[in-house]
Amino acid sequence: MARSRFQLAPWILLLPATVLLVAFTHYPAVMTMVKSLYRLPKGSRPAKFVGTEHYVSMINDPVFWASLKNSMIYALGTVPMAIGLSMLMAIIVNSAIKGRSLMRMFFFLPTILPMIAVANIWLFFYTPSYGLIDQFLSLFGFEQHNWLGDPDTALGSLMVTAIWKEAGFFMIFYLAALQQMNPTLAEAAALEGAGRWYFFRRVTFPLLMPTTLFVMINAIINSFRLIDHVIVLTRGGPDNASTILLYYIYMVAFRYWDTAYASALTMVLLVILAGLAFIQFGILDRKIHYK
Amino acid sequence: MRKVLKGMASLLGATFLTISAASSAQVELDFYYPVAVGGPITKIVEDMIGRFEQANPDIKVNAVYSGTNPETLSKVLTASRAGKPPAMAVMTALDMYTLVDEDVIAPIDDFLKTEEDKAWLAGFEPAFMWNSQHDGKTWAVPFQRSTTLFYWNKDAFKAAGLDPEVGPQNWQEIIDFATKLTVKDASGNVTQWGVQAPSTLVPYWILQGYAAQNGARLGDETGTKTYFDKPEVVEALQFWADLGQKYKVMKPGVIEWATNPKDFLEGRAAMITTTSGNLTNIKNTAKFPIGVQIMPGHKQRGAPTGGSNMYIMKDAPAEQQEAAFKLAKFLASTELASEWSIKTGYVATRADAWETDAMKAYLKEFPLAGVSREQFPYLIPEFSTHDSQRVQRAIDDAIQAVLVGSKSAEEALKAAQQEAERILKPYQD
Amino acid sequence: MIQANASPIAGTNGASRALETVGAYMLALLWALPFLYVVWTAFHSAEYEVNFNLFAPITLENFVTAWHSAPFARYFLNTFMLITMVLASQLVVCTLAAYAFAKYDFPGKTILFFLVLVQLMIMPEALMVENYATAASLGLVDTIVAMGLPYLASAFGIFLLRQTFMTVPKELDDAARIEGAGPLKILLKVYVPLAKPVYIAYGLVSVSYHWNNLLWPLVVTNSVTTRPLTVGLQVFSSPDQGVQWGIISAAALMTSAPLLIGFLLFQRQFVQSFMRAGIK
Repeated sequence: MARSRFQLAPWILLLPATVLLVAFTHYPAVMTMVKSLYRLPKGSRPAKFVGTEHYVSMINDPVFWASLKNSMIYALGTVPMAIGLSMLMAIIVNSAIKGRSLMRMFFFLPTILPMIAVANIWLFFYTPSYGLIDQFLSLFGFEQHNWLGDPDTALGSLMVTAIWKEAGFFMIFYLAALQQMNPTLAEAAALEGAGRWYFFRRVTFPLLMPTTLFVMINAIINSFRLIDHVIVLTRGGPDNASTILLYYIYMVAFRYWDTAYASALTMVLLVILAGLAFIQFGILDRKIHYK
Repeated sequence: MRKVLKGMASLLGATFLTISAASSAQVELDFYYPVAVGGPITKIVEDMIGRFEQANPDIKVNAVYSGTNPETLSKVLTASRAGKPPAMAVMTALDMYTLVDEDVIAPIDDFLKTEEDKAWLAGFEPAFMWNSQHDGKTWAVPFQRSTTLFYWNKDAFKAAGLDPEVGPQNWQEIIDFATKLTVKDASGNVTQWGVQAPSTLVPYWILQGYAAQNGARLGDETGTKTYFDKPEVVEALQFWADLGQKYKVMKPGVIEWATNPKDFLEGRAAMITTTSGNLTNIKNTAKFPIGVQIMPGHKQRGAPTGGSNMYIMKDAPAEQQEAAFKLAKFLASTELASEWSIKTGYVATRADAWETDAMKAYLKEFPLAGVSREQFPYLIPEFSTHDSQRVQRAIDDAIQAVLVGSKSAEEALKAAQQEAERILKPYQD
Repeated sequence: MIQANASPIAGTNGASRALETVGAYMLALLWALPFLYVVWTAFHSAEYEVNFNLFAPITLENFVTAWHSAPFARYFLNTFMLITMVLASQLVVCTLAAYAFAKYDFPGKTILFFLVLVQLMIMPEALMVENYATAASLGLVDTIVAMGLPYLASAFGIFLLRQTFMTVPKELDDAARIEGAGPLKILLKVYVPLAKPVYIAYGLVSVSYHWNNLLWPLVVTNSVTTRPLTVGLQVFSSPDQGVQWGIISAAALMTSAPLLIGFLLFQRQFVQSFMRAGIK
């Protein structure tokens, strides 16, 4: 066996992927770190090492804290709701209910529409008084509400749109998991006289656990990644009530053109994502293996 | 690393880049302008450009829609940094300092060759040139300029027992009229708000108007000082907030720029403030007779100028710049300035453009179009600073915070002033 | 294959069952409502945006207006070129890398694989500031290439294909080698054909992702000749002069039409592909 020739092959095979990934993931991550320590060159003034200056201004920047808080609320709000709803949808579509393929289509449809198109439509739904939501709620005697223009509901409105967009996507993973479950389990439980809720709680839910973890990680990533709807619906307003971290980075980098400060903000995002990665690979994966 | 990539990229580039098919004899130039769906503006611009190309067969103009005003600015800066700026772009008057600081625009003076050129530039209304001048140079040519106007629904006035021909003339009358015009259904739900002003997209623009009526400005002419925490400005913002919070005649919370005219057209708001650029659209769409007048005053009358100017890019090739200047002169000529105003509702920026036969005939048929001219004596220059996007965001956030009731006007404006001072510090000598 | 998996669990009474069924239908209706509304406004004139009347006349005018208000044909072409480039690159690059990870043992393999997986968490959007600087230094800002660059290699694709390749029986591999096939030939003749369904699944996921992607293209493009559909739609809907929902709805439907039609025609395959791509 010509050992040496075979040693070279994997490296050649890996070369394109490595170059591309390093160039657009690892290298920029490192450069973000570096640039966050320098002042922006402007005109004839060269870049200058300023150490933690940007991080100090970040700590004193109320918009940064607002965006961080909003990102947390956004993630904590959308992730469990998306998980719960997508599980429910999968169970519905997986049952014997009539018209389930049509329902499956309805649930999944938002996934393939561009968020930008979706958000433009939701802009109209949220319009006070004659928008679809207020028209619908007025049937039940609710007062009209300025959904996107009220700091108490702006972020929530964005979250609802995101959940609507995503739940159908996650439903698919649950559906796949449900269909791999052994039907004899349910039959046995029925013979034992177990109630359906009891069965769900003790059998279905635990068996779906790996899927739930997978969906959870994806949902969390999406909650930090997707800002299309923020750009269309609220532009982070009113008074930053719906500014989330990535949107703030977008504003600072591509509206104010302060890329040095944007790099410092990006570092915060990277630390959060790295923390999530650590949780997933370090802790959760091990648990799934030993289940 | 970047070198290796460069090699790969150029290889890919060769495969995927589309090469524009320009014939070599022609000067081809990119012209960015902000446009949105709603008005027929795109077609009007294209038609004008078509006529320009016909008159100048050696010039080809690629008109590029570039989104909202901030997006257009972003795109121009992006393109300039990438070394391929458009020859000309329509951007807000507000952004002049940013464009000068970024060193991406060329002074218009450089292109004035003949006496006729100079006379042409001198023909603009002074109010619309204020935001074009800095450091003794002229940096922009007025194009789609606007001001705020006050619109009302005459049917709603009749229903409320008001004279449909007369709008409110001062702040107190706004409150009085709006109180009568606010209509509730049996269960206490408001079905028609008395008055509305938009508070997204450009809230600072609306505040400028209220401040001017109260005898104050938001900033000075050098673009380095702001006056957000002056008592007159605080009072002006307080008045705006009171309409929703104290008198309850304006929709509470932040009012979306885009839905504000829609609210008016749907009969959900009886009086609104919006740009004069919306006049034609509202006139054509409204199912009820509309009244339009200049902004009601308080201590005095006052309204901001707004809208956009044409800028010529510094780093565009010289022959493109020359062609762009020709295009600017064409689009802002007496005839076209008047035609542009008639078709879009933007304000005609030249005195002679108000005197063309077409304009006279149009004013006879549609007298409301002349309202913005009545406001000329009361116009103030648009609030414009260095690092304008950031300063604008600071004041916009403050306005929204007050309108939603999370901060007092004094507190919010004080914070915005501090923020603005911090941002502008590097520009003060 | 999605089957009715009628739960044999008995128990609760008929009334609560009926209530559950109604609830399920309500949920589906709620989910469908936004889409149905888009279809409604797109096909009716402005006066029916707020007033619903079953006999309202259907019109295509919104589509005509939308089509003529922006160069959508060009945007379609740009999106098409973007997707072709990204997908072609991803398929090649990910196949090669996945093959190396699945078939070879070499020093540093685990670390390298871990470094690949980093992209799963730190997605290109988070690094847009620095990636923009890279694109600018390459002189690629406002090109279709730049829009695709950060996505040309995909950790997800490598991971998915590696899992699939690892299930290929060693006997098939050995048999091909005995016949004298080199590594590349084995890859093309044995591995790739066996992974065909995974390729289709991955392709669909990737196409719909990039068809819908907004942020990075928004940042890195600024002219009609490069702008993809999503950015075109964003520019188109920027509401400076007040909005017309009918036209925006029509534009939204138009821009997602190829995906929508594809989905409606091949619904089952679509859903199954997404399922396959998701199973680890």
